[in-house]
Amino acid sequence: MGTLSERILNGSTGEYVDCCVDRAYVHDGTGVLTLEAWKNMGGRGIQDAAHLYVLFDHIVPANNSTTATLQHELREFACSSFLQFSDIGGGICHQLMSEGIVLPDEIVVGADSHTCTLGAFGAFATGVGATDMAAIWKTGETWFRVPESIGIHLSGTLTGSAEAKDLALTYVSRLGMDGASYQSLEFVGEGAAAIPIDGRLTLCNLAVETGAKAGMFYADDITVQYLATAGHTVQAQEPEPCTYIREIDFDLPDIVPVIAVPPRVDTVKPVSDLAGLHVDQVFVGTCTNGRYSDLARFARVVKGRKVAVRTIVVPASRAVLEKAIRNGVLMDLVEAGCSIGTPGCGPCLGAHMGVLGEGEVCLSTANRNFRNRMGVGGEIYLSSVATAAASALEGEITEPGVS
Amino acid sequence: MQGKGRAVCVGADIDTDLVIAGRYLRTKDRSIWIAHVFEDLDPSLASRLNGAVIVAGKNFGCGSSREQAAIAIREAGVVAVVAPSFARIFFRNAINIGLPLIECTITCNEGSPVTFDLTEGWVEAEGKKYSTRPLSAKMREILAAGGLVNYWRTHG
Ligand code: SF4
Repeated sequence: MGTLSERILNGSTGEYVDCCVDRAYVHDGTGVLTLEAWKNMGGRGIQDAAHLYVLFDHIVPANNSTTATLQHELREFACSSFLQFSDIGGGICHQLMSEGIVLPDEIVVGADSHTCTLGAFGAFATGVGATDMAAIWKTGETWFRVPESIGIHLSGTLTGSAEAKDLALTYVSRLGMDGASYQSLEFVGEGAAAIPIDGRLTLCNLAVETGAKAGMFYADDITVQYLATAGHTVQAQEPEPCTYIREIDFDLPDIVPVIAVPPRVDTVKPVSDLAGLHVDQVFVGTCTNGRYSDLARFARVVKGRKVAVRTIVVPASRAVLEKAIRNGVLMDLVEAGCSIGTPGCGPCLGAHMGVLGEGEVCLSTANRNFRNRMGVGGEIYLSSVATAAASALEGEITEPGVS
Repeated sequence: MQGKGRAVCVGADIDTDLVIAGRYLRTKDRSIWIAHVFEDLDPSLASRLNGAVIVAGKNFGCGSSREQAAIAIREAGVVAVVAPSFARIFFRNAINIGLPLIECTITCNEGSPVTFDLTEGWVEAEGKKYSTRPLSAKMREILAAGGLVNYWRTHG
C-alpha cells in the first residue's frame, strides 16, 4: 500500500532511505564534473558499468576547443571503463533513456534536472548533481527522502488543438515554481490512462519546474505495449489506496493552448492573450517536445508553405531523425524553410547554435524561459508544437488551428 | 558548526541560470565561475561575496542541476546561504560540495552581520535569533566531512 514513490523507494513518506540505483546517467555537461569528483574520491571502482550511461547531448558537436577537449576526456573514460556511451548525434539523454531502456519500478538517477521525464514509465526518476553521481558511480547507491506525493487527477481527453504541453504549462502555473518542492507528482485517473507515452513524457518533464522531485504515471497497458515494441516484457502497476498530501483535478476538455511568458515558467496565459506578438525565432525540439510525434505535427501544419521567421528544428534523438527522414517529415520541414540541427539539446541552454541576440524573442517548445537562458537580452516564450507551428508561419504568436 | 558573515540580500526564485549562466559552464576553471557568478542578476554582486552570507527569498537554486552554481557561490567566498526554502537538487549539491545552507525566513539588511550555528540550529541577524530547520543526520555528516568527496575519501 502506498504512493508509487513509497512503493518503489520501499519506505514511507518522510523516511530517509538508502537505495540501489538501477540506472544512472550523465551528459557531456555534468559528466565532466562527475568524472572530476569521482577521481577526487579516490578514483577507484565503478559499480556495475552496464547500468551507467554517458550520453552526449548538450553541446554537440563541440562548439570550441575547450568543450572538445573536455568531451574528449570524458569519451575516453566512458569507453575505457565500459560505461554505456552515446556520442554526438545520438540524442538527448532523457530521450535515449525513454527509447526502451527505463522500465517500470526502476530507480533512475540522472545528473540533469529533467531526469523526472522518465517517471512516465512508472519509474522513480530524479535528477542529482555531479558529486552525488560520482558517489553512485563508486557505490551503486544513493539516499533519498521518500517524498510526499500530490495526486493530479485527470479526467476526459484533450480536445481541439490543445496538447499535453498545454496541460503541462497549465499545471505548472497552478502549482507555481516551488509548489511541489521536494514532493512527487502522480498523474492518475481515466484521463491519465488515455494519454500516450509521448504526452506522459512531456507532462513528467515539466514536474521539476514546480520544484518536484519526480513526476510519475502508473505503468499501464499503454506502457506495456510501448515497451513490448522495444523487446521488454513488463507488468502494469496497479494503483493502491494511498495518501496524497494534496489533490488537484483537471478536466482535460477545459485545457486550451497556452504560453509561458518570460522569465517564469509559471506565468502562463492563453495564446489568444498574446496573439500578434512578434517573434524572431521559433525553436522546436528538446526533451520536452522534440519527439517524432512533435516533428510530424509541426510538419503537418507547415507542409507546402513557408515559415515567416527563422525556425530551428532539432530532433530529440537519432531514432526520431531516422523516422522523420523515412516518413518524409524531414523533407516537409526543410521545404518549408526550417533549419535542422544535430539531435541533442540544440539552442535550449544558450550555449551554441540558435543563441538569441539582445532584444530578440524566441518561441520555443522547451521547458524553461529563465532570463538570458538562450542568450543575453533574449526573451523566451514557451508553447506547444501546434502553437509554435502556427506562429512560425505568421512570424508572430498565433493561435493554432484545429488539425 | 558555527559561522558568520555580512548579509547580501537577493530575491526569490533565483534559478541556477542566474547563478552561473550556461555560457560559462564548459570549463573546469573555477576562476571563470567566480568571475561570472550572479552576472545576469547583478554584475556587481560577485565583488561583494567574499565573507558574505547570502540571504535569499524562497526556492533558491531552482532550475538546472548544474553543480557549478553551488561551487561558484562557495568559491566566491560565501559562508552560507539562508533562505525560507531551496530547490532540492541545489540543496543536495550545496551540502555535497560543503556549502552550508540554512532553511529559515529572516529579514535581510544588506551588509549587517549574520551569525549561525548549524549544530544547535539557529541563525542570528539584526539582534534577532531564529531557530532553523535542522539538516538530516546524513547531511550533517557530509557537511562535517567538508563535502561528499571528502566523505568518500575517508569512508571509501
Ligand atoms: S533539451 Fe534543454 S532542458 Fe532538456 S536536457 Fe537538454 S538542455 Fe536540458
